[in-house]
Amino acid sequence: MAILIDEHKKVLVQGITGREGMVRTRLMQEYGTRIVAGCTPGKGGQEIQGVPVFDTAEEALEKEGSIDVSAIFVPAPLVKGAALEAMEAGIKLLVIVPDRVPIYDVLEIDQEATRRGVKFVGPNTLGLCSPGKAIVGMIGGRAEFARQWFSPGEVGVTSRSGGITTSIAYYLNKQGIGQSTIVHVGGDVIVGLPHSEIVKLFQEDEQTKAVVMFGEIGGSQEEQVAELIAEGKFTKPLVAFIGGAAAKEGTRFSHAGAIIEGGRGTYQDKVKRLKEVGAYVVDNFGDIPAVTKKALRSIS
Amino acid sequence: MARLYEYQGKELLKTRKIPIPRGGVASTPQEAKEIAEKLDCPVVIKAQAWVTGRAALGGIKFAASPQEAQQCAADILGRKFKGVTVEKVLVEEKLDIEREFFASIIIDDQKRGPVAIFSSKGGTGIEEIARQYPSQIAFRQINVFSGLRDYQARNLVRQTGLTGGLQLKVGTVLTRLYQLARQYEARSAELNPLVVTRSGDVIAADCRIAIDDYAVFRHPELGIEIARELDRPATPLEKIAYKVEEGDFRGTFYFIQLTEDFNKDEGYIGFHGAGGGGSMMSMDALLKRGYKLANFCDTSGNPPASKVYRAAKIILSQSNIDGYFASGSGVASQEQFHSARGLVKAFLEENLSIPAVIRLGGNSEEKAIEIIQTYTKDLHAPVEGYGRDDTPDFCVSRLEKLLSKHKVKPSPPAAQSKGSPQGDLYSFDTLTGTLRIDHSQCLACQSKVCVKECIPKILKIEGEKAVLAITTEEAKKGGCIECLACELACRFHGNQAISILLPIPELEDYRRERML
Repeated sequence: MAILIDEHKKVLVQGITGREGMVRTRLMQEYGTRIVAGCTPGKGGQEIQGVPVFDTAEEALEKEGSIDVSAIFVPAPLVKGAALEAMEAGIKLLVIVPDRVPIYDVLEIDQEATRRGVKFVGPNTLGLCSPGKAIVGMIGGRAEFARQWFSPGEVGVTSRSGGITTSIAYYLNKQGIGQSTIVHVGGDVIVGLPHSEIVKLFQEDEQTKAVVMFGEIGGSQEEQVAELIAEGKFTKPLVAFIGGAAAKEGTRFSHAGAIIEGGRGTYQDKVKRLKEVGAYVVDNFGDIPAVTKKALRSIS
Repeated sequence: MARLYEYQGKELLKTRKIPIPRGGVASTPQEAKEIAEKLDCPVVIKAQAWVTGRAALGGIKFAASPQEAQQCAADILGRKFKGVTVEKVLVEEKLDIEREFFASIIIDDQKRGPVAIFSSKGGTGIEEIARQYPSQIAFRQINVFSGLRDYQARNLVRQTGLTGGLQLKVGTVLTRLYQLARQYEARSAELNPLVVTRSGDVIAADCRIAIDDYAVFRHPELGIEIARELDRPATPLEKIAYKVEEGDFRGTFYFIQLTEDFNKDEGYIGFHGAGGGGSMMSMDALLKRGYKLANFCDTSGNPPASKVYRAAKIILSQSNIDGYFASGSGVASQEQFHSARGLVKAFLEENLSIPAVIRLGGNSEEKAIEIIQTYTKDLHAPVEGYGRDDTPDFCVSRLEKLLSKHKVKPSPPAAQSKGSPQGDLYSFDTLTGTLRIDHSQCLACQSKVCVKECIPKILKIEGEKAVLAITTEEAKKGGCIECLACELACRFHGNQAISILLPIPELEDYRRERML
């Protein structure tokens, strides 16, 4: 099964003629993602790696009949327009890769997505990968590495850091633990599918038996996951690691989301809350595979 | 978030017709006196600093006469509040206050939208108000498309017991505050206190606005120098770093200093991360072992070697650090040799005198580690390179080992080879620097290794000399990706003909001032 993406989902690349768009289209194709169309305003009619390029998303939809996912690789100031365009054309899942998207733009995208029943991953995401099936975004860098690093299995991964998403999957893999889907939710304060939404999807997914979550200080995503567990809405084992134990209040550590505001979102609070509801909270990152094994044993 | 000073925020309030006290901003006691003379009434003098609790720190003073105002301003200007020097004071009419309210707009990540908050008990922080008077606070989520309508604002205010004309006035302020927050894309805009005077006027006595970092580019009129979340003004080194980031769109470079005030042998480490999550984890690993961070730095998003080089030079400009620790995600999706070359070039130029541990996991890490290990062999200081299968904890333990063994012996920076002036100089500009080849050295070179190593393949050999295979315009436009491969290869396997100058504006002055 896997969540959100697989080898059958038809993918549009918005900004396919740009530097990143072009490179990532090749990565995704080589991994097995079904890229059916690209779009860049004013550049319709071209072909990039065998993929037809259209001027608008709507035109791509007309020609293709249906498209499931849009991978957005346009500059940050243009993201809002691209996202609204994809939604209006009828695409139900967006993966918004760019960093530095203004927050009010994200709020408008979010509100429109809610109204239309659209989901989005990101912004500021490395993307997601259902091992052996598909990659949307830029996870893995090169298809050959993605194939070496990830393998299909029963553990879902959700992370607020892109590099850590791949790292967790890699270390699990080394210990023979495969993954259902690995998701970088995005590094910003407000993301389309925060941890809580991702674990809900993992709850519904038969392939996923347990979930590894990489949380960070700031915001309330991890606390919301704890709520889901407390309410019995997420019942699979959860292995959690929280980064930023040593962070100072009010200072940003790279990810815009990783800032502690007014005493909320501290490391201590998150760890305490997750432990209270019975999550496996890991202090040393290197212990994740061993603890995940233990978690899997607990349910078999 | 990019914070605005109180006086800047109040100027914005004025444009939205939210009443503010009469007054002006002064940089000298004389100016403060003149403003007080013009106001012709008792005044308040307020330090312009982002610290909370200014009054308790002596940053807010009242004056009955212009002379007194001048004296108060003299007391405050130039003083340090929580480590920040005050450069400006706001001189305003002293308000005859009857009541204090709290009004604010914030973006709430849980509610996923802007939220208006109002309390009829103002003055202290919202956390304190919430604790003491929970029934006196009202919230309302705002639809980002339709905004905060006037009746919605009045109903919000009504919940705290305000009625009639006062409800109308305060509701209007809230509606306008949201319009302002939306226009300038504020993450938060807070009026605390919003006061009612004895004559019944509603006036914003204080104002704190923070603009969304990512939207600062759309608001040049705000004159925000550094769009970074900081609770204090930027340090000189941070300003230098920010200019580097602004001048180079490839990848991101983030640098903040956690302290400037430390000495040698106190365990302060220059920290260089890659990728937010991995950086934070690596930072935690250092702190767990009792080390302290001089700075936090993150170069990620596939930056060129030149940008990583500049980051390393800036980190090493913190002269009292005892060690250098670079560690990222572990399994990064970008080619790691770019970071490796950037670091090595900086270490060689600085003639590195402190131990360094570099963890570069991910694409092409074997090559990256090899570059780190082999090119730094002749340095006094030990440099070790590690990859994805080495944890941050292990790498910190290596740094610990090196620090315990290595007696720090400061070595002067290596003179940057500028090519011999008499030589046969060939040079071209790159996106952010200049590449020079001393052709007289090329003649004696057997290896011609620069051409082989060049990643974008833009060099060729013509008459035994290395030259561009593309036009100089193409090279400057980004054809040369500043991978630094030619320079390092030439230095170690060629005839030391190539030098790449990558200026960092104002860094030399900064270092000279600090006698580095």
